[in-house]
Amino acid sequence: MANLEIRSVSKGFKTGKVLDRISLTAENGEIVTVFGPSGSGKTLLLRLVAGVEQPDEGTILLGGRDVTDRAPEARGVGMAFQNFALFPHMSAFDNVASALTAQNAPRDVIRAKVEKVAALLKIGHVLQHAPRELSNGQKQRTALARALVAEPKILLLDDPLRNVDAKLRYEMRLELPSLLKASGSTVLYVTQDYKEAMALGDRIAVLSDRDFAHIAQPAEIYRKPATINVASLFGDPTINLISVEPLASPAGPKIGIGGTLLSLPPGYAHMAGRTCVLGLRAEDIAVEDETSPESFPVEVLAVTPLNERTLLLLRTDDGGEILASEAGANEAPRRHGPAFARFGSRAVLLFESASGRRIAPQAA
Amino acid sequence: MEHMSIAERVVRGALIVLVVIFFLFPIFWIFLMSFQTNEEILRIPPGLFFTPTLTNYSALITGKLVTVSGTLDIAFMKNLWNSVLLSTASVAIALLLGVPAAYAFARFKFRLGEDIAFTLLSFRFAPPLLVLLPLSLYFQQLGLTDTYVGLIWVYQLIALPLILWIVRGYFEDLSPDIEYAYRVAGHSWWRTFTRIAIPLAGPGIAAAGLLAFIFCWNNFVFALILASAEKQPVTVGALAFVTASGIQYGQIAAAIVLSVAPTLALALYAQRYLVEGLSLGALKG
Repeated sequence: MANLEIRSVSKGFKTGKVLDRISLTAENGEIVTVFGPSGSGKTLLLRLVAGVEQPDEGTILLGGRDVTDRAPEARGVGMAFQNFALFPHMSAFDNVASALTAQNAPRDVIRAKVEKVAALLKIGHVLQHAPRELSNGQKQRTALARALVAEPKILLLDDPLRNVDAKLRYEMRLELPSLLKASGSTVLYVTQDYKEAMALGDRIAVLSDRDFAHIAQPAEIYRKPATINVASLFGDPTINLISVEPLASPAGPKIGIGGTLLSLPPGYAHMAGRTCVLGLRAEDIAVEDETSPESFPVEVLAVTPLNERTLLLLRTDDGGEILASEAGANEAPRRHGPAFARFGSRAVLLFESASGRRIAPQAA
Repeated sequence: MEHMSIAERVVRGALIVLVVIFFLFPIFWIFLMSFQTNEEILRIPPGLFFTPTLTNYSALITGKLVTVSGTLDIAFMKNLWNSVLLSTASVAIALLLGVPAAYAFARFKFRLGEDIAFTLLSFRFAPPLLVLLPLSLYFQQLGLTDTYVGLIWVYQLIALPLILWIVRGYFEDLSPDIEYAYRVAGHSWWRTFTRIAIPLAGPGIAAAGLLAFIFCWNNFVFALILASAEKQPVTVGALAFVTASGIQYGQIAAAIVLSVAPTLALALYAQRYLVEGLSLGALKG
C-alpha cells in the first residue's frame, strides 16, 4: 500500500491555478524528488501535504488515511522548510526537541533521541546555541534534525540544500541518501537542481506547467524524457533541439541536417512527413576529423576545455548551432574549423513538434 | 566623530545643550518648586536659592492641605492609587483582548477585517469630549458613573486601539513558516500562539503595553466627567489645589513630581524595550 497518495489535487490563488489536478503516489521508504523550475508549485505541493495549505479540490492520503481536512499537527509528518524556520527564541536542542515535546515524551527519552539525531547530523556540539549563533550549514542541519527526530512516516524536505554553500551542498548530497534511507520514511524532496534530483531520488517527479510532466526513475527521465520540456530541464549542457521533418526512403526513415541525409532508427518510419524536434544530448555527439557514413559536416566555432570534458560549439551547414561534449581534455586540443559530427541512432530522441511529446519508436 | 572640526563639535554640543534645557528645564523648575513655599515660588524676580521645605510633600501624604483660610482635606494619595489601579487594570484588559485580536487581524483575512481594524483605530480620532457627553448619559442609566469598572471600560478607548495596531505589526513581521513549523511538529494552534507567536512578539507587546499605560495615566477628561473625587486619578485630583484662598503651586509641583515618578521609573526601566520595540516594528524584514 502506498504510504503517500495525492489524488487529483488542485490549488490556485488569486493570480491563477498553480497546481491542476495532480496525482502522485509514493511507497514506504521511497524517496521521490520533486523537481521543476522556480514558481512551478513544488513548495506548495509540500505545504499541501503538510496541511499548511488547503487544496481547492482533491484528496491527500497518508498511510491510507484521508487527511485532507486534518490540521498540520494531526498529520504526523516531518518537514524541513527552505528558509529553515527555526524558532529564534529557543536553543538548537529545544528546536530539535519540539517534535518530541508535542508527544509529551519523557525528558530522558527526548534527550536521548535529540542527541542521537544530532550526532548523526554532526550538530551535537552546538545544541545549546541559539539559532542566530549557528552557521548556515548548522541551521540547515538543525532544521533537518527537527524534521527527522520524531521518525515521521512522511518526511517533507523543501530544497534543504538551497541556502548552504557549494562545499556543504556537495557533502550533504553524498550523506543524505543513506541518512534518508536509514530513517525509513517516505520522502518528498523538493529541489531546483536536476543533479540533486537525480542523485537523491528513487524516482523523480518533474513538475511543470501546473502538472507532473513525467514521473519516473532518474535514468528513464534522462534517457526517455516524456516531453521536450523535461528533456531540456535535465542535462548540462542543455540537450540540442533541432527541427526536422523525417522522410520515408527505401532504406528506412531519414532526416536532413545541414543538407546531409542521415538515417533514423526504423521504428520512426511512421513519423515521415510530420514536423518533429530531434533531441540530441551533447555527450552523444562525436566530432571527428574524417568523414564517415552517417556523419555530417560542421564547423567548430568554440572549444571550452573543462577538467573532465571538453565542450564544443558546432555550426552545421545550414547555420544551426549545436553543442557537443567530449570526455576528457584532449592531449592535442581540437582546433577551430571544419570537422564531421556523428551520433549513434540509439541516442536519438524524437518529439512531436505540436504537442512536445516524445515519440516512442515502434517495434519493427 | 573623529572627522569633525573643533568648531563643529562646539556648535553641536551647544545645540544639544539648548535642546536638553528646552525640554528638561520645566521639569527641573517644577522639581525645585516642590520644595518651596507658595511665597517663595511667587516672589519677583524668581530665584534659584531658597530654604528647602518638605511641607508640600507632607501635606500631600497626610492629606491635610493648610491654607490661610484653614485646613482642607485632599485625596491626593487616593488619587495616586486610583491612577495606578485604573491604568494597570485598563492595560491588562487591553492586552488580554488586544493581543489575540491583533494576531487574528495579522494572520487571518476575513470579511470586513480591515474595516473592523480601522474602526477600532478611528476611536482614537474622535474628540473625547464629543464622545463623553452622550456617554455620560448612558453611564448614568447603566449605573456605571463613578465606578472603576466604568472608567476602565472607557479607558479601553485609549489602550485597545494602540495595543491592537502596534502588536498587529509585530505579528505581521513574524514569518508564518516559523509557526507552521511548530504546528507540523505536532503542536496545537493555541500552543503555537502562546509558545511561538507571543514570545517572538514580546518586545512589541511590552512596548505597546508601556505606551498604553502612559497614555492611560495621563488621561484627564474621561475621569473628570465620568467620576467623582473618590475614583479620580491624579491628573484630575490636581485640580483640588486650586482653592478658594489661592492656587497651591508648591503642592501642585510636589503632586506632579509624585505622579510623574511611577511612569518615569517604568519608562526608564523599559526604555530599551520601548526604543528597540518601536523601531523594530517599523522595519520590515
